[in-house]
Amino acid sequence: MDFNQFIIMKHELLLTITVMVLLVAELTINDKKRIIPIAISLFGLHTALGFFWNESGALFGGMYQTSELIILMKNILNIGVFIVLLQSANWLRKPENFNKISEYFILLFSTLIGMNFMISSGEFLMFYLGLELATIPMAALVAYNTFNQKSAEAGVKLILSAAFSSGIMLFGISLFYGQFGSTYFQELGMISMDTPLAILALIFFLSGLSFKISLVPFHLWTADVYEGAPVNITSYLSVISKGAAVFILTILLFTIFKTMVEVWTNIIYIIAILTMTIGNLFAIRQQNIKRFLAFSSIAQAGFILLGIIGTSSLGMATVIYFMLIYIFSNLGAFGVVSVISDYSGKENIDDYNGLYHSNPKLSLVMMLSLFSLAGIPPIAGFFGKFFLFTAAAEQGYYWLVLIAVINATISLYYYLIVVKAMFINKNDTPIAKIKSDNYARFALVICVVGIFIIGFFGSLFEYINHLSFGI
Amino acid sequence: MDILTSFILIPVLTVLALLFCKELKNIRVIAAVGMTIQLLQAIRLVFIYLAERASGNDSEMILKKSYQWFESINIQYAVGVDGISVLMILLTGIIIFTGIFTSWKMEYLTKEFFISLIVLATGVFGFFISLDLFTLFLFYELAVLPMYLLIGIWGTGKKEYAAMKLTLMLMGGSALLLVGLLGIYFNSAPDGGQLTFNILEIAKVTIPIEAQRFFFPLTFIGFGVLGALFPFHTWSPDGHASAPTAVSMLHAGVLMKLGGYGAFRVAMYLMPEAANEMAWIFIILTSTSVIYGALGAIVQTDLKYINAYSSVSHCGLVLFAVLMMNQTAFDGAILQMLSHGLMTALFFALIGMIYERTGTRDIKKMGGLMKVMPFLAVAYVIAGFASLGLPGLSGFVAEMTIFVGAFQNEDTFHRIVTIIAVSSIVVTAVYILRVVGKILLGPMIDEKHSLISDAVWHEKIPIFVLLFTIIAMGIAPLWMSDIIWESLGPIVDKLVMLTN
Repeated sequence: MDFNQFIIMKHELLLTITVMVLLVAELTINDKKRIIPIAISLFGLHTALGFFWNESGALFGGMYQTSELIILMKNILNIGVFIVLLQSANWLRKPENFNKISEYFILLFSTLIGMNFMISSGEFLMFYLGLELATIPMAALVAYNTFNQKSAEAGVKLILSAAFSSGIMLFGISLFYGQFGSTYFQELGMISMDTPLAILALIFFLSGLSFKISLVPFHLWTADVYEGAPVNITSYLSVISKGAAVFILTILLFTIFKTMVEVWTNIIYIIAILTMTIGNLFAIRQQNIKRFLAFSSIAQAGFILLGIIGTSSLGMATVIYFMLIYIFSNLGAFGVVSVISDYSGKENIDDYNGLYHSNPKLSLVMMLSLFSLAGIPPIAGFFGKFFLFTAAAEQGYYWLVLIAVINATISLYYYLIVVKAMFINKNDTPIAKIKSDNYARFALVICVVGIFIIGFFGSLFEYINHLSFGI
Repeated sequence: MDILTSFILIPVLTVLALLFCKELKNIRVIAAVGMTIQLLQAIRLVFIYLAERASGNDSEMILKKSYQWFESINIQYAVGVDGISVLMILLTGIIIFTGIFTSWKMEYLTKEFFISLIVLATGVFGFFISLDLFTLFLFYELAVLPMYLLIGIWGTGKKEYAAMKLTLMLMGGSALLLVGLLGIYFNSAPDGGQLTFNILEIAKVTIPIEAQRFFFPLTFIGFGVLGALFPFHTWSPDGHASAPTAVSMLHAGVLMKLGGYGAFRVAMYLMPEAANEMAWIFIILTSTSVIYGALGAIVQTDLKYINAYSSVSHCGLVLFAVLMMNQTAFDGAILQMLSHGLMTALFFALIGMIYERTGTRDIKKMGGLMKVMPFLAVAYVIAGFASLGLPGLSGFVAEMTIFVGAFQNEDTFHRIVTIIAVSSIVVTAVYILRVVGKILLGPMIDEKHSLISDAVWHEKIPIFVLLFTIIAMGIAPLWMSDIIWESLGPIVDKLVMLTN
């Protein structure tokens, strides 16, 4: 292994080093609170380094591969994780989390390493390894509030459903291996796979991955887990975890399953309609803001499928572009929820009544984030959605686009309900004025700036489009 | 910097200035200054336009500018105006200017109110200058959403219901529109070549007829929802009745015109074959709007509801006229947009002022107001006369042109619907005169009303401006009509030649 190979695995190696440093810090530092700035700045450094010295190539005989596109995906995830870390600083400083601060960072970084390996994988075993590494520490994180029954329950729910979905997926993978005698993506991509058994294997495989992205009908765990987990873990699950799974799903469908494109576009077509519609209809009825955002994120996943079904390089570009925007919008919303939950412990939509009068800035950030999720111009979400629809329309799926835009209108309804609570509803005892900490404020500023400027820079989309590939 | 982009930059800068402004007095001064500059720019634009045309520039759109935005989808920021959009920009300038002055006494969350109002206006200005369907759609949505906050926060009555209904129906309309626009885009190069969102480029090609049959209704209904097309008009009465004064003015005055303008400029202009084929369906719907709106206004007792139904009727007439497929009717449609915009803005301004004084909008609880507030009453009567089409005022010019145009179609179907639509004028006279007789003349019903005072300066400014323009348009319509007539040339070439 020469130096060049280290550079290729830069993202994973740097994170591993960070984890090691944190382990040592845990042993040597007495005041645990000091770990927070250390961990955040180390990760900030890692995020920044992600943009430099990029090398494409393959390692371990093709088990691990990376390209400019994959590096871009990892960088997008890094930015998201950085925002999540900033948002969780204040929550970690609470007395009940005092002894578990470094655990939080170590587990979180481990899942991120797993996701990075998953995206970079060049064959199924590596893919599975990354997936499990991303999932198992996740369950520990979800159950972070050990003494909170809901949190513990959510952890168990996550690990059980994850194990189940992994099992299904492994079965699909084994069927592929049984038929074609290879687990390498490159070899599988060249084989024309249109045997009935391969279709069965594809369905198993897609079901397993659908669990991770929480596509309908594999979404049932989502709301409970999102509600039970601490807010910051919820935002990590709904943005980073989902983002990584969407990226790898796109890559796999566009490479190894490209010979079965007629089959999987039909499957995705139906799943997209189900996911959007059911996610939306359930979101309307939610009272708890975390459950509300959980269902809204299910509906958003349905929209993302419209880009995947585009099957062109434009389609892939729109998916990545939308994920980038989605990270900022959803983390903006979760950031506000996390600040309010930290300082007042309130998590119901009714509690947000009259929030604008006591906390105008938080309400504004929340409103902008929700408008971005709803796709209202001139905020970035509008561009993201419009392009996803364009990608689907390019292949002639006009009916699907019509269903999607009607769903987008329905989603506007429930986003407006929260806006209405904050701006219009009267409340005699609104949430008191909150003076949030600098970390959280910085995170919200990043989100708002991101939401505002991404749409206006056409060159960013052009860059992503230039890296993307189609079938 | 080109003058068209300044129509977006000035409101944006005004909003930024408002954001950093604390005192109540400064807020409204900044808003007023910004929108006065905007109005002056709009007037300047008319002169620039006339000068360009006089100097022999006869291209379809003038002052064109375009910048690449998203290269791979060929989205451009492309602007340009013809006579029609110049006049619509002038109308918008006048109405936002008067709207600021009618909300002079707004005290609850003043800053947020003016910001939302100006954001709304930005969307409208952007819509009228856009040549690119993507930016057109962007500005269209930008103009719709602030309505939710404006009605929901500052409205009256069942405002939350009205705001949600209005926003969802309009967004539902824009959902259909989005599919229509994507359909146009992907069929914009039937012979291969670069796909484009640019209206002028698309107008040069013929979109395949199968595609037109699918996308024309989507686009037309999408815009039609905003233009109060029956049966998608139900948001309008509730929305207008609950909205604060300036918002009603802006909404009925300009926002509903976006529907008519878009249906004409995008749906019909770009898909003429399907427009000709399907016109009969929409003619039936629009003539229903016209007559239904007028009849609806008769039975209402709330001043704002009366005016909202009357707007449904008048905006229905705009869509009715554009479907008549000849140059005279098109000319009338644009004149009707301008005339109705001014007149309805004046109406809503006056209703707002009357409501502030009497505390009610129920016509049964008012009477004899002419004696205590002669200025407002006379203005109301003039607005009423304009609405029922009295010669010498703007309404006559517009409606006359429309019906002359409509009668040029000689077949029985067109004759019958035209007669039905014309009969709405009589109904209009009934509800206007009923209101005037009831609330302005006759004995005073409520004794407290004898203490009412007449208009003050910041109320007189908008009334004078609107009255002046209504009368000017009624007395000297020809220069406006000429500007519209010559700009209709390319559209007529595309749409009307087909029928013959």
